[in-house]
Amino acid sequence: MYIANNYVRAKSLEEAWELNQKKNNKIVAGNCWTRLGHGNIGTIISLKDLGLDKIESDKEQIKIGAMVSLREIENNKEILESFGNCVQKAVESIVGVQFRNLATVGGSVWGRFGFSDVLTVFLALGAKVELFKKGIVGIEEFIEMDYDRDVLVSIILPKKGLKASYDSVRLTKTDFPMLNCCVARNGEKMRVVIGAKPTKARFFDCDFNEESDKIVEQFVFGSNLRATEKYRKSVAKVLIERNRRAVM
Amino acid sequence: MVVSFKLNGIKREAIVEADTTLYKLLRELGCYSVKCGCETTNCGLCTVIVNNKSVLSCAVLALDVDGAEIETLEGLESEALEFGLCMADEGSEQCGFCNTGFIVNVVMMMRELDEIDRESVKKYLAGNLCRCTGYQGQLRALEKFIERKRGIKI
Ligand SMILES: Cc1cc2nc3c(=O)[nH]c(=O)nc-3n(C[C@H](O)[C@H](O)[C@H](O)COP(=O)(O)OP(=O)(O)OC[C@H]3O[C@@H](n4cnc5c(N)ncnc54)[C@H](O)[C@@H]3O)c2cc1C
Ligand code: FES
Ligand code: FES
Repeated sequence: MYIANNYVRAKSLEEAWELNQKKNNKIVAGNCWTRLGHGNIGTIISLKDLGLDKIESDKEQIKIGAMVSLREIENNKEILESFGNCVQKAVESIVGVQFRNLATVGGSVWGRFGFSDVLTVFLALGAKVELFKKGIVGIEEFIEMDYDRDVLVSIILPKKGLKASYDSVRLTKTDFPMLNCCVARNGEKMRVVIGAKPTKARFFDCDFNEESDKIVEQFVFGSNLRATEKYRKSVAKVLIERNRRAVM
Repeated sequence: MVVSFKLNGIKREAIVEADTTLYKLLRELGCYSVKCGCETTNCGLCTVIVNNKSVLSCAVLALDVDGAEIETLEGLESEALEFGLCMADEGSEQCGFCNTGFIVNVVMMMRELDEIDRESVKKYLAGNLCRCTGYQGQLRALEKFIERKRGIKI
């Protein structure tokens, strides 16, 4: 666990942003990831009092506040009705209920972790990321951006009538995924996202009938302790086919 | 910095550092049922209930629970006793180290899940690791307990 000197509950996004401009200050949300660090933090910036813990839905989109927990998106009826169970399937294997009650959507997206289940599903659903200073950017763009000192305000899921399916392979339950995949169908087109390759999730847009052999060629796989590049590539084909069948 | 909250129904106030975890604070306040296994948010041993949600106290900042209601096993005796007895009947305890966090999460599961089956039980409790791998014994205790409480076989 890190050492911190001060703790401030920001009263506005502007205040949170201002505090965050100082290099040794840090936004702490669920603290699940940050607590693994051992450095020194000047001021912990808490976003708890900013009302970012709400999920709002209208005809066009679902807006998920940065401080909404993974458990809440797992159980949210609007998300389930609009996108089926793909979001639920993406998060339900992340550690445990107690963990998902803490870990936030904002922390999960901000982290842009290579192993992320959350990024994979949001990328497939064409999510947008609302940043306090930079405004709204597509998640595709956000993933490639540097870690600057902006504040993530919300994630926006446009309701585009997509049919999506999610699957992952883990060596043991609740472990990090060895590979994850989400397929989102839009009429005769589909977006395939593969994550935990083991590097960051990437997407490929193609015809719904595109051969899975060709699709996997669009992704770069690698080896680590969990699996080899070759194995990941073989599993990727299986996950694409499973997900494609689920949205037929 | 001062933090105020309700602990097992009693109003409490404490002076904490910016980086004090809820786990550390609860131990200091005498809640020795709250234990630390991994300190990496993996094992579920440090589970407590905050505002009727089970959480890992090793990750929660004490200052984040200002104004919250916190329950530990010390305050859950009546809800926990019956399940504890089922565990004893079924020999679910081996070294017993994981029990406290596990029982707290079972209590929370019974509060939260209106519909319960074997799959939902396994999913809900997946974050409680038992290093003695006593999962079959735990499952037998759960079968017995849920049949008593809900009249259903899982
Ligand atoms: C043991 C363990 C296992 C995990 N397994 C998985 C897994 O299998 N799959 C998966 O997808 N994920 C997994 N994760 C990641 C997890 O789901 C969360 O993504 C992670 O804990 C971050 O969420 P948090 O709310 O705890 O963020 P924090 O730890 O509080 O913050 C994480 C980072 O994001 C920054 N941050 C947080 N909120 C904001 C904001 N609003 N604006 C700007 N910056 C912000 C913080 O400064 C910090 O740098 C795992 C994490 C751990 C610790
Ligand atoms: S000690 Fe908190 S999860 Fe292991
Ligand atoms: S009984 Fe030993 S850790 Fe579970």
